[in-house]
Amino acid sequence: MRLNAGAVCAGGGSYVNKTGHWRTFIPRVDTDKCNGCGICYTYCPDSSIEIVEKTAQIDYDYCKGCGVCAHECPREAIAMEEERK
Amino acid sequence: MTQKELFASGHRGCPGCGAAMATRMMLRATGDDVIVVSPTGCLETFTSMYGESCWEVPWFHGLFENAGAIASGVEAALKMQGRTDTKVVAIGGDGGTFDIGIGALSGMLERGHNVTYICYDNEAYMNTGVQRSSATTPYASTTTSPAGSHSMGKTRPKKNLAAIALAHDVPYVATASIAYPQDFMNKVKKSLTFQGSRFIHVHAPCPIGWGFDTALTVEVGRLAVETGLMPIWEAEYGEITKVRKIREVKPIEEYLKVQRRFRHLFASDAGKKELAALQELCNKNIEKMGLAGERKVTTDVS
Amino acid sequence: MGKKAVIEGSMAIAIAVKQARPHVISAYPITPQTHIMEFLADFVANGELKTEYLRVDSEFSAASVAQGAVAAGSRAYTASASQGLLLMTEVLYNVAGMRLPMVLTGVNRSVGTPVNIQPDHQDTVLFRDTGMIQLYVEDAQEAYDAHVQAFRIAEDRDVLLPVLVCVDGWTISHTFEPVEVEEQEKIDAFLPPYKPLYHLDPKKPYTFGSISIDKDLMEFRYLHEEAIQGAKAKIEAIAREFEKTFGRYYGGLTQSYKTEDADIVFVAMGSIIGTLKEAVDELRAQGKKVGVLKVRSYRPFPVEEIRAALANAKVACVIDRAISIGFGAGPLTIDTQAALYGPNAPQVLPFYAGLGGKDVELKHVAEMVAKAEKAAAGEAVSAEPEYVNINWNLVS
Ligand SMILES: Cc1ncc(C[n+]2csc(CCOP(=O)(O)OP(=O)(O)O)c2C)c(N)n1
Ligand code: SF4
Ligand code: SF4
Ligand SMILES: [Mg+2]
Repeated sequence: MRLNAGAVCAGGGSYVNKTGHWRTFIPRVDTDKCNGCGICYTYCPDSSIEIVEKTAQIDYDYCKGCGVCAHECPREAIAMEEERK
Repeated sequence: MTQKELFASGHRGCPGCGAAMATRMMLRATGDDVIVVSPTGCLETFTSMYGESCWEVPWFHGLFENAGAIASGVEAALKMQGRTDTKVVAIGGDGGTFDIGIGALSGMLERGHNVTYICYDNEAYMNTGVQRSSATTPYASTTTSPAGSHSMGKTRPKKNLAAIALAHDVPYVATASIAYPQDFMNKVKKSLTFQGSRFIHVHAPCPIGWGFDTALTVEVGRLAVETGLMPIWEAEYGEITKVRKIREVKPIEEYLKVQRRFRHLFASDAGKKELAALQELCNKNIEKMGLAGERKVTTDVS
Repeated sequence: MGKKAVIEGSMAIAIAVKQARPHVISAYPITPQTHIMEFLADFVANGELKTEYLRVDSEFSAASVAQGAVAAGSRAYTASASQGLLLMTEVLYNVAGMRLPMVLTGVNRSVGTPVNIQPDHQDTVLFRDTGMIQLYVEDAQEAYDAHVQAFRIAEDRDVLLPVLVCVDGWTISHTFEPVEVEEQEKIDAFLPPYKPLYHLDPKKPYTFGSISIDKDLMEFRYLHEEAIQGAKAKIEAIAREFEKTFGRYYGGLTQSYKTEDADIVFVAMGSIIGTLKEAVDELRAQGKKVGVLKVRSYRPFPVEEIRAALANAKVACVIDRAISIGFGAGPLTIDTQAALYGPNAPQVLPFYAGLGGKDVELKHVAEMVAKAEKAAAGEAVSAEPEYVNINWNLVS
């Protein structure tokens, strides 16, 4: 496929780069504790959390396991576990 | 409650990157009718691999030192095309803003283009490997101001760029932190309501460059504010209209202690003088800006 | 028919730019570029030109503002000279690599140190390898014509490259000459509004200035080179279309003047071409077979055209208004020699002339021809570049 003139490209192509394998720790959401406040969603630097039906849902294809969501959750509803690969 | 994501997953930022947080929040505030300009730096590098860009809005990267001028040209073109509903926002690092890009930024502010320029401040040249910038906190150890037997790290004060922006007689200047997303997003939104140039300085901790656990990015950002090191304020038409009060002021050591870049200050008694100086800096900020007292803002996030 | 008037070269350029209807003009003053920008400011002030005219903080910003405007989908223009052009260097590499069709004028002036505000080409030849198109003009009329053509060339979908129009400071920029100025409607027809291939638009979000890693950098360079090589035919075609529309032709990539039967051919760029043509007429009257090859497009470099024009010549006298210090020849000489390399090539005699505005008179041309005649007759002459009209007292 011919490259675009001037290296201009369409936005959103980054989805091909699945960063989930960067993780060493994995965030697990306790759906009983989570009330869907969205604090984790707001902070996640990798746009990997969505609030679906009042619960945080993590996209493990891209989550890098930084732990910010777990650290900031006021209800301690997210725990970081060592990832078994 | 989740809106269309404009900052796509799959970028190459480090885990826990404060710059990525700031940018995501910024895009939530601007919405999708926006053109974004960035100078060279971490943000540019980790978002814009050819064919793998994570920008779901039109985005332009020119050079390290010209984001203010590029944004000016974009804004002028939109004006001539009658596309004035589309907002123009620039977002760049402290090196690209405080240092090498200050000329182009000053020109943009002086000419009064309808642009919101946001500096994500991670306090060093991170993309090239953590070299000191004029935004680096004094006594931080960086790769060009390393601590050593004859050095206590960076010796000079942090440049007050927001005050310089204010001196351009622009309608809106604010400081913010990624630790307080709602405040930051409100400021971005508010900035867009002003005619003329707007400047926002947002503190964006960097786990790699500062040396802290990736889970602590927000915590570290919060401590910078709660110690008085990073005053959060807002000014309209040259007057400071709002400051974020600190309910319980924390000693500066709480902030410094969790970061490797300040480790040398605690290694021996030799760092006492510098620690005192940094505490004094916070005290001054608190006094000068009137930071102590009850907070008026009640909701911080969500 | 256009209207003929005696105007300053800078005014001719300002009018051409006005007639191109750019959305954005960025201006930062430097001698001898200032008149162009002042005339444009007057047009804005008196309502003749509707544009965003930005008085920027530096040439770095001037080029950047124009770049941003073109990326946003608008036609944009700027101009500079000497130190100011040098300050634009990093931006101009960026504009060319991004394939953004902006047009700028380089009002040629020497580069310091020592400080000198007189014309030579030391400033613009610096841009040789940026991937921009560079056109050199010989007088005010050509300056006017070339600016109109430059926007067409730059914005051509197969080209998409910035065009730097090089105009000798003072000799062209500040000299009054009769210039035919065309009607706006005819310019509009020749130069329709800019339609970008990609531009910054929320409806179709593109990323500009992306990163290329080792897997595709060379391929982007390939496409850039392909585009500028392809521009050769466009430059010629647009110059011919201009001729058809307006009746004037100053050459495409090159222009030959009495070269067909010439034994000795001058190769040069810019305003010195006028002096050379005059000298050629005089020398022809004396029975000498001399001619001039004007290099109008320095980049892309007209390799084929130079070979063809010099196919029957015995000696090529290449005149450089710049030095590639450390090589021992000027850039035009180096490139011409490379283009001619091979069997049956004419002998190349290099000359430095007009550096820092040093006078070049007809007698100097005659001296060059005298040397070339010796060479043509088979006598051994030095192939070292000669400093025309140098004051030996000051260097010995
Ligand atoms: C003119 C120029 N000088 C130097 C560089 C090298 N460089 C690239 S990014 C960078 C540091 C960027 O620092 P900053 O603006 O603070 O952003 P950060 O990487 O910290 O996010 C430097 C020095 C460059 N690209 N261009
Ligand atoms: S661990 Fe980090 S990257 Fe993963 S979901 Fe939480 S905040 Fe996002
Ligand atoms: S070095 Fe710091 S600013 Fe750069 S990507 Fe990593 S965390 Fe973000
Ligand atoms: Mg930085």
